This record gives sequence, C-alpha cells and structure tokens, in this order.
Amino acid sequence: MFVFSADAWMRFVAKPLIFLVCLVPFGLLFYGALIGDLGPNPVERVTDITGQWGLRFLLLTLAISPMRRLTGWIWLLRFRRMLGLFVFFYISLHFLTWLWLDQELIWGNVIADIAKRPFVTFGFAAWLLLLPLTVTSTRGMMRRLGRNWQRLHRAIYAIAILGVLHYIWLVKADLLQPLIYASVLASLLLVRWKPQWLRRSTQANSLANAR
Amino acid sequence: MLIKRPSDIKPSEITDPETYAKRREFLKAAAALGVGGLIGGPVSALVTPSGQGVPMRGLVDTTHGDGLALTSYDDITSYNNFYEFGTGKEDPARYAHQLKTRPWSVVVDGECEAPGTIDIEEILKRFPQEERIYRLRCVEAWAMVVPWVGFPLSSLLSRFKPTSKAKYVAFETLVDPQQMPGQKRAVLDWPYREGLRMDEAMHPLTILGTGLYGELMPNQNGAPLRLVVPWKYGFKSIKSIVRISFTFNQPTTTWWESAPHEYGFYANVNPEVDHPRWSQARHRMIGEGLFSRKHPTLMFNGYADQVADLYRGMDLTKFY
Repeated sequence: MFVFSADAWMRFVAKPLIFLVCLVPFGLLFYGALIGDLGPNPVERVTDITGQWGLRFLLLTLAISPMRRLTGWIWLLRFRRMLGLFVFFYISLHFLTWLWLDQELIWGNVIADIAKRPFVTFGFAAWLLLLPLTVTSTRGMMRRLGRNWQRLHRAIYAIAILGVLHYIWLVKADLLQPLIYASVLASLLLVRWKPQWLRRSTQANSLANAR
Repeated sequence: MLIKRPSDIKPSEITDPETYAKRREFLKAAAALGVGGLIGGPVSALVTPSGQGVPMRGLVDTTHGDGLALTSYDDITSYNNFYEFGTGKEDPARYAHQLKTRPWSVVVDGECEAPGTIDIEEILKRFPQEERIYRLRCVEAWAMVVPWVGFPLSSLLSRFKPTSKAKYVAFETLVDPQQMPGQKRAVLDWPYREGLRMDEAMHPLTILGTGLYGELMPNQNGAPLRLVVPWKYGFKSIKSIVRISFTFNQPTTTWWESAPHEYGFYANVNPEVDHPRWSQARHRMIGEGLFSRKHPTLMFNGYADQVADLYRGMDLTKFY
C-alpha cells in the first residue's frame, strides 16, 4: 500500500485544497459577473467584497502564529505565506476595481483622491506597503534578506491598522462591521504583546514572593 | 400655477406622432419587462404597473421626466437606503413587510392656523395623484430614474393655513422598533427628521409620494407617504412620514446631526461641491452593469432651470 509522507500530504493535498478554498470568494464574484448577478450596483458590490476578503485574509494571516502557540500545531505556519499572498490578491483586486471601475482611470481624479481624502490615502498606503512584502515572500528572498526580512515583514501590522482605519473611515453611520474587524485586530495585537507583560509580571511576582 | 415646459426636453427628442406611438408601445412593453433602463426616448403615457403591487386608479399623466429611461422596478425596490430597516441596501426589501401602513395618519402642526391630522385614505382621495418621472441622485454618488406617483406638497400644506411665522417645514418618520427593526440600534438618532425651507416646500416640483410604477408605494420605498425633492440628495426625501410641522427656525435634520460637515441642511445636488470623502462630479446609474461608465452629475440634478432661483445670491459651498 502506498502511504503519503506527512510532507507529501502537505504539499499535494492540504496546500492545494486550502488554495482552492481561498479562491472561492473570487470564484463567486467571477461567476456573478459572468451571469450579471451582482445586484443593482455591481461596482459597489465588487469593491465591498474584495475589500472585506482582503481584510479577513489579513487577520487570518496575523492569527496564524498565536494559533500555533495556543495549539502547538507547527504545521499552521506552512500556510502563512499563502494566506499572505491572498491578502495581496484580494486587496489588489479591490484597488484595481477602484482605479478602473470607480475612478475610470482618470488619473487627475485618482491623484486628487489619494491626496485629498484620508481614507483613500490610508487604503492606498496599505496596498503600497503590501508590494515589498509580496515581492520578498519567496524562500530565496528570505535567505537573502536574513534578519532584515523579519524587520521588513513587520510592516504587516501597519498594513492591518491602515486597512481597518480605512474601513472605519469610509462608512456613513453604521460602524458595527468595521469595529468587529478593529476588535479582532486589537486582540491579535494584544496577544502578541501579552507574553512580554506576562513575563514581566510573573517575574515581579516571583521576586515579591521570594522576599 | 404657472406651468412651464420642462427644460429637460430637447427639440430633437420631440418625434412625429406615428413613430412616437409605435415607440411608446415598445417602451411600455420594455418597462414591463424591466429593461426600461436600456432604452431612452419619450414616454408620455402612464408607465405600465409592475404587476407586483396594488395598482392605483385615476392617475393623472404629466410631462415630468418625458425622455428619461426608467430604472427597473426590481432595482428601485431592492436597492434602498432606509436605515429604519437596517443599514444594508437589501435590508429594507427584506424587512419592510413588517411595517403596517394602514391605518396611517399624519399630524400637521406648528405655525399654522388650522393644525390637525389627515388620514392616508383621505390624502389619496382628496388630492389628484399624478405620475411624475424624476431623477433620484443619492449622496453616495449613484442615481436612478423613478416613475413616482404623488401630488404637490404645496396643496397639502396650504390646507393647514401656515402663518407668516412658518419659515420652514419639518418632517418626521414613524418610530416603532417593532415594525422598524433597524431602530433597535442607535445608528441614527430616531426619529429620522428632515426639513425644507418654506419656498422649497411650496415649489411645484416638490411632491409627497404615494406610489411608484403606477402602484401604491412599496414599504421599502417609504410607504405610505414620503417626500420627493428631485433636486436634492436622496436623504432629504424622508420616508414613512407621520408628522409635518411648520417652524420659525431652521429645523435640525438627522444626517446633519450625525455628520454636520458632510450632510448640510440644503443638500442640493451639486457636482462642484464634493462630499468630504468623495467627489460628487459623477454618478453611477443603477442598473447599467459592472462595466458601465459613470455619468456627469448635473447642477441641481438637472432641475436648475426650475429651482436655481431659490438659491440666488447664496454661497452654495457654504450652504451645502
């Protein structure tokens, strides 16, 4: 009987499967566009869906390492790059929808919008910051950049904060949705800092106990 | 009342009678199929009802909006901003059936000699109901063309004999979270309130809407009685009205309260005055599809000839 090694299982089954799952929101949009079933205002629908999925994948990417710590499942880390690249994929679709279908490639307006309107500035800055992360996502680049790779990829926190602010800023009155994203992001950032506090407070406690 | 020929008919749009009759049949059929948005040209007979609502009888035809291509009934009734039923565009169509529109009465009070209450049935009986095709421009930079049914607000207001102190008219929407589930959350400060200056309220283009596509107003569009002010952004046209008050001072309005620098009292459609977060120079027509081009927005939504005089000498960037 042929038995898959754990590595082969990951490479030939798990990863392609997750890849396809990540493509489902895009597939649904594409199908909706083909049959003309994206509602009365399709441009608004596409902008909204691509932006939301970009943010969701971003939060999912940030959740990988706390989840690994919580569960001890090291294999989770092997999906992180793919999820990160899907952030770039969905945010780029979001950006292109805005640039092409909303702004209609009228460059004067595009530049004015980026300069004048803070929520556009924030969104655009987030997309720009995603570019170097995407380009340096390969193993070769990781090796070449060494310690700087990790420094560079800390930009993901800035991107997440910009993205959530971009969303908060653009809604008219109902902040419920963007605040859900904001609180998920806040908790993900908190669990990253918490070990240090814990370390400090446990140290202080043990010192106090010793006395 | 002086009736001027609407300025939005170009001579090129006036067709010889034979072609006209043929085209009218075709357009009526097209509108019934919901593809009206694809075809332009004059339609002067009453619009064919959608068949999905309660037909209104004895409607008076008008020339308002002749030549405008109608937005489909489905789009008009499934893409709505009516936060009383939720903040999503589909929420009103999903939840508005919970609203009971009978019995329904409107209180009229404030600076007038004959304050009182008027019932919706009396309104429908007493005021001749006209069909008026108007452009609707939302502050969110999308637009529709809606075949409203309604009657001039002025004819209702004058029955209550406003005094010389009546400088403004204030409107209020029903508050009842049982019927309007969106009101369970304080997204806006309920009740929704809107207002007009007296001359805007008395203007012949300003109507109280009672229906669309030849049928009683669907709940999600503001049944049973809503305001329609075609030269202002959509949020001015308050829905499901239960109270109309004549006031001396300019009334506070809900969206102004929510974000005063974004939603002014006047809220006239103006391509030159941007919303702080987006340009108002162009808009998307609902129903034209994913790859459609936007359209340039017209001053006062294309009604400048009729209404620009109301604002002569005013700085419209200041009074936005």
